[in-house]
Amino acid sequence: MDRVKQFDLAKLSVREVNQFLHHELPGSGIERVEILNPDGSHSIAAGLDCDVAVEIQGHAGYFIAGMNKLASVTVHGNVGWSVAENIMSGCVRVKGHASESAGASGHGGLVVIEGDASSRCGISMKGCDIVVSGSVGHFSAFMAQAGTLVVCGDAGPNLGDSLYEATIYVRGTIHSLGADAREEEMEPADVERVSRLLADAEIDLDTSGFKRVASARSLYHWNAEVHQEY
Amino acid sequence: MSGPIHREESASIDRRAIGYIREAAEYGLYDIRGMGAKRRVPSFDDLVFLTASASRYPLEGYREKCDSKTVLGTRVAKKPVELEIPITIAGMSFGSLSANVKEALGRAATEMGTSTTTGDGGMTPEERQSSKTLVYQCLPSRYGFNPDDLRKADAIEIVLGQGAKPGGGGMLLGQKVSARVAEMRTLPEGIDQRSACRHPDWTGPDDLKIKIEELREITDWQVPIYVKLGATRVRDDVKLAVKAGADVVVIDGMQGGTAATQQVFIEHTGIPTLAALPLAVEALEDMNVVGEVQLIISGGIRTGADVAKALALGADAVSIGQGVLVALGCNHDSYFQDGRDVDATDDYAKLGTAPGYCHHCHTGQCPVGITTQDAVLEQRLTPEIGAKRLKNYLQVLSMELTTLARACGKSNVHHLEREDLVALTVEAAAMAKVPLAGTQWIPGLQQK
Repeated sequence: MDRVKQFDLAKLSVREVNQFLHHELPGSGIERVEILNPDGSHSIAAGLDCDVAVEIQGHAGYFIAGMNKLASVTVHGNVGWSVAENIMSGCVRVKGHASESAGASGHGGLVVIEGDASSRCGISMKGCDIVVSGSVGHFSAFMAQAGTLVVCGDAGPNLGDSLYEATIYVRGTIHSLGADAREEEMEPADVERVSRLLADAEIDLDTSGFKRVASARSLYHWNAEVHQEY
Repeated sequence: MSGPIHREESASIDRRAIGYIREAAEYGLYDIRGMGAKRRVPSFDDLVFLTASASRYPLEGYREKCDSKTVLGTRVAKKPVELEIPITIAGMSFGSLSANVKEALGRAATEMGTSTTTGDGGMTPEERQSSKTLVYQCLPSRYGFNPDDLRKADAIEIVLGQGAKPGGGGMLLGQKVSARVAEMRTLPEGIDQRSACRHPDWTGPDDLKIKIEELREITDWQVPIYVKLGATRVRDDVKLAVKAGADVVVIDGMQGGTAATQQVFIEHTGIPTLAALPLAVEALEDMNVVGEVQLIISGGIRTGADVAKALALGADAVSIGQGVLVALGCNHDSYFQDGRDVDATDDYAKLGTAPGYCHHCHTGQCPVGITTQDAVLEQRLTPEIGAKRLKNYLQVLSMELTTLARACGKSNVHHLEREDLVALTVEAAAMAKVPLAGTQWIPGLQQK
């Protein structure tokens, strides 16, 4: 049987495609799904829950591959807000740039942005890994609880504001750190972690020059004495 | 020399204000507490029904049927929520409440044919198992939020705010962040947990529309999507929620409770439930979606009379939080354990309070075992006892509701209407937009 299925969003709705991906695809033996003419449509491949490769051929809109489980979704273009939001497992790869909140509140899995990611990349992340080949915008990893954000380029203002237990690695310039975020020494375990994530993301870059940012944990308990001067 | 002691208290710097200022000066901290607004505000108590007499025909109170079935989410969803009564259980988290309490809520709601709601921190297996109809909240923190639980939900409630703290995020102080709570929320145990006040993946009503569509895609357009708002700019906010695609709008007035927030929020933000409800109804009327988008009102609903008045003013259902906790035993002077009532007044005293006055949910030291994660305290309320009390309470509310509806000549509680009500005070008349009793006067309404 044919192990590749193709959909054209110029002829079908996102809803029809997602219904197939949710209900007909699992157990069908289809290993690869190609989606043509996304033309900025939102929520393509949202809510997947099976091991399949989905290729989106073009620019796509908001919430692409939202809440992804198991699937590998690749966007051959740019994406709008909140790609792979709340990702649980699997891999979501954007060959172009990503707008705001890429990988927001992700619990697991890997998000790869081959271009730049805009502001709040990795906001509220809860265990997923995000690798950005380019740079990230302001307030990235805001309130990030667990997981790893690797930035191969630069980071904008207020990186890691109100961090919990997530870790950030930045190779380029950090414009500024947010409240309770601090730069720490790179240990051998950090180098190994960055190396593994770069390999997983298929980004050919050595680990030299990366800086580690983590929480100073000074906001873990409420303190009235700081007068908003974090 | 001695003389009479003068006791003319200042109206502005009264003993209450003096106490507040002294405490602030002493500790440099503001008050954090649970429950809702304590100040007196115009409420459903200020309305009365014009029940049937010569000009209206009543239904016999005990024999003629009065339907209370309620359907929510008829706009888009393939499976609207169908309830036996228009009284739902408000979202309250595992974390703020014990697992026993969450299970009790589910059991009682199921027995009465109504819904219960998750809260910040996600869905526990106990509450899913015990709740026939469970509404899954999508909150800014996204603690424990995942697609598996999303697909198990009977409805989704996107929370933009709540009446006790519109514009503010959540708070769970370290003493309640137990190992299980911490694991569900992916946080270190024992930290003071802050929930975000804004959603991480969208901002503004145009984005909300796309977010709602995403959740519909993930759940295959099966279940209704509610949008919950704290009551502030109600008319505008309801319109934006409807425009964004909400199936159900939930408005939480300023009397709504919380497990913990700053007192300044609880007492000084938002508008009373009585004022919020007519504004929400007007917004639905303006958009011509009455009957298409359902309206749930919450914030200080306690009695069957409150429920009846809310329905008469245009709500499709009500949602109750604090009343539910009180039914379980909140602020009672004892708890029931090992077959006997055990006095809890000493435990209230340790918190610096007494039964009837307690708002110490934030401490996690609930003397009656409701708002706690303490392994000993939570044994003070079993799911069985809690469910029985809550079922009784919901049953009374339902009976009072249908009693009033029958007396107004209605065979269906949803037939109660604004014309059945008058107000006892000018303020209530203006807010509820019903006439002051004995007059045709509705303050603020243009006379024709």
